[in-house]
Amino acid sequence: MINFKSFLIKYGEIGVKGKNKFIFEDALVKQIRFALNRVEGQFKVHKEESRIYVDTLSEYDYDEVIEALKTVFGIVYICPVVQFEDNGYEDMAKKVVEYVGEMYEDKNITFKVNARRAKKNWPMDSMEINRELGGEILAAFPEMKVDVHNPELLLNVEVRKHINVYSKSIPGPGGMPVGTAGKAMLLLSGGIDSPVAGYMISKRGVELEATYFHAPPYTSARAKQKVIDLARIVAKYSGPIKLNIVNFTETQLYIYEQCPHDELTIIMKRVMFKIAEHFAKESGALGLVTGESIAQVSSQTLQSLGVINEVCTLPVFRPVIAFDKQDIVDVAIKIGSYETSILPYEDCCTTFVAKHPVTKPTHEQIARSERHLEEKIDELVKTAIETVEVVMVEA
Amino acid sequence: MIAYLDNSATTKVLDSVKDIMIKVMNEDFGNPSSLHLKGVDAEKYIKDAKENIAKILKVKEGEIFFTSGGTESNNMALIGFAMANKRAGNHIITSGIEHASILNTAKFLEEQGFRVSYIPVDKDGVIDMDKLKAEVCEDTILVSVMHVNNEIGSIQPIEEIVKVVKAKNSNVKVHVDAIQSFGKLTIQPKKIGVDMLSVSGHKIHGPKGSGFLYIAEGVKVKPILIGGGQEKGMRSGTQNVPAIAGLGVAAKENYSDFAGKQAKMIELKDYFIDRVSNIPNVKINSKKGMEGAPHIISVSFIGVRSEVMLHTLEEYDIFISAGSACSSNKKAHVSDTLKGIGLSNEELDSTVRFSLSYLSTKEEVDYCIDTIEKNIEMLRKYVRK
Repeated sequence: MINFKSFLIKYGEIGVKGKNKFIFEDALVKQIRFALNRVEGQFKVHKEESRIYVDTLSEYDYDEVIEALKTVFGIVYICPVVQFEDNGYEDMAKKVVEYVGEMYEDKNITFKVNARRAKKNWPMDSMEINRELGGEILAAFPEMKVDVHNPELLLNVEVRKHINVYSKSIPGPGGMPVGTAGKAMLLLSGGIDSPVAGYMISKRGVELEATYFHAPPYTSARAKQKVIDLARIVAKYSGPIKLNIVNFTETQLYIYEQCPHDELTIIMKRVMFKIAEHFAKESGALGLVTGESIAQVSSQTLQSLGVINEVCTLPVFRPVIAFDKQDIVDVAIKIGSYETSILPYEDCCTTFVAKHPVTKPTHEQIARSERHLEEKIDELVKTAIETVEVVMVEA
Repeated sequence: MIAYLDNSATTKVLDSVKDIMIKVMNEDFGNPSSLHLKGVDAEKYIKDAKENIAKILKVKEGEIFFTSGGTESNNMALIGFAMANKRAGNHIITSGIEHASILNTAKFLEEQGFRVSYIPVDKDGVIDMDKLKAEVCEDTILVSVMHVNNEIGSIQPIEEIVKVVKAKNSNVKVHVDAIQSFGKLTIQPKKIGVDMLSVSGHKIHGPKGSGFLYIAEGVKVKPILIGGGQEKGMRSGTQNVPAIAGLGVAAKENYSDFAGKQAKMIELKDYFIDRVSNIPNVKINSKKGMEGAPHIISVSFIGVRSEVMLHTLEEYDIFISAGSACSSNKKAHVSDTLKGIGLSNEELDSTVRFSLSYLSTKEEVDYCIDTIEKNIEMLRKYVRK
């Protein structure tokens, strides 16, 4: 295999953003650099003639680089490219033939040359290049056959400032570069759904901050570590995440004492949303993100979602709202959070989950119950906010 | 103040153990199999450790085989023995409350075609002698029982078990998992006719990754680790000299003034049980005095989930174990021992284990019980409705 010195990064959607294009490209360059920080070696990420290139300046591990680039939202394809100086057709043809020779051990394949001439003053046009190069390749490797409709090897040859030769396109994650669509606050639990929700929102270019509620001694130090580990997995894609860890025990016990048991989850979630929204507004996040999915549990019926939602003024984004559990699991497996999510550290702290929770709460009903919280809830929420533990999580 | 009351999980390494280990690593780091002087120096630590242990058990040095710990010793005793003796018979007996390194190894042997009987225990966690006797047959080759149960501290009457088993079939060999009893009880396998005995180093203030299996002369066992033939071919792999040296020192220290150490632990255990009995609505699953192990106290605090108790105490720097995973948690493993002694689901969910060592103090116990008393009412208020 060829020891590639450069990767051509292809981006889709962001190519069509008109005058703002450079903002998106710059964000993408920044995110690529960030992802490559995790990889051993020196890399130069740069824009040239409306393309983004990653040049390798040292020894590196090919698979590690590809894996890192696959976590950068906005990348549609990663193309390992052979790049050389333009020394005229003869030289180019020789190098193209070399490329094919080295890249494909089994020559019993069909191919097509796809030339693009960005340098309009070049002596040959792209049709001529296609034809001539095709001929040279056939002469060098007689087992190869031309197939212009469905070739096994599509050989791209670009005549630009340099000459680019590439034939391999590795799919990236798509989406938009993080940092181009504002920030949102993810309510992160230790489950399967919320990391997936965070990933999906982040994929649209949204930067993430997160809030986790723990309730020692009802939840353990390992459960908390698990959430930090999950944030770290999401951060591989989203970039660093500021994680707010809120001690919810006192608030939870108070709600338990004051409110009907079957409404506990709803009322607790309403308070959690309020606290998360507080942190969101404080740091300029423009919405909340949750892993809720319709009817998955009692607090995720449309009635429950509605009653919970009404405590917020910020929009609440629920990217997996219409996903079946298995669909969520599939994404979790893909992004690598599943194994961590299913660790059993949530122990058996079902103390605060009613055996028969309400599934169709109404606004009036919940408001009536919450009147019993009036005496202390503001104070408790204030304390919970003030005693927040902040952890900066990086991949 | 810190109260580490989880000594059946693991113990703090003694300074004297640490010192000898560092010396081995810094100075006498040779491979005991090497012919040169460095090798000879290293080998001496192994000989010393064997000598210490052989003296304690009153067995021959050549009957001690160092392993990586309790699990390996138990694996070697069951698998190695079964492989070497399969022509003599196909039947193995163990109890229903063994450690996972016995139970899961027995299951593995079942997959390999052996028949395994699991003898149940009574409400005190002692195996049913009539059922044991009934199970021994012509085909039986091995009986494996633990000396002290790790969860409740019940003691099996090993001497009686050996007699009953061998009276019915004199060819049967007996293996004892002594991982929780070594260092806590007097153990003399040869005297009572025990053929194999497993011990782990980190339960007696020695290092993790250390342990041994006693194999009485003449008992056939096949090695389960094969290679360069160390430990007389029974356990290949360059010996973990620092760990072995540490284990030897820990064992020697544990059994010097042993009567005093044991009496201290029993006194502390009884004091603990007396105090915890004053808390309303608790069930003590361990026995006072010499009727139970000197160091294990299993208690069910009815109405408080074991994890919640554990994490509450952890906030006060008190460290204990949960007795069992929650019985309602389908994913987690519910304790066979606690089920075996007939605890109800409510009791299962609320069982925790406190475990002492000869270094534990009355102050630690008082601090622990005081903390429980201070918190238990609050903890009981919040239960799932």
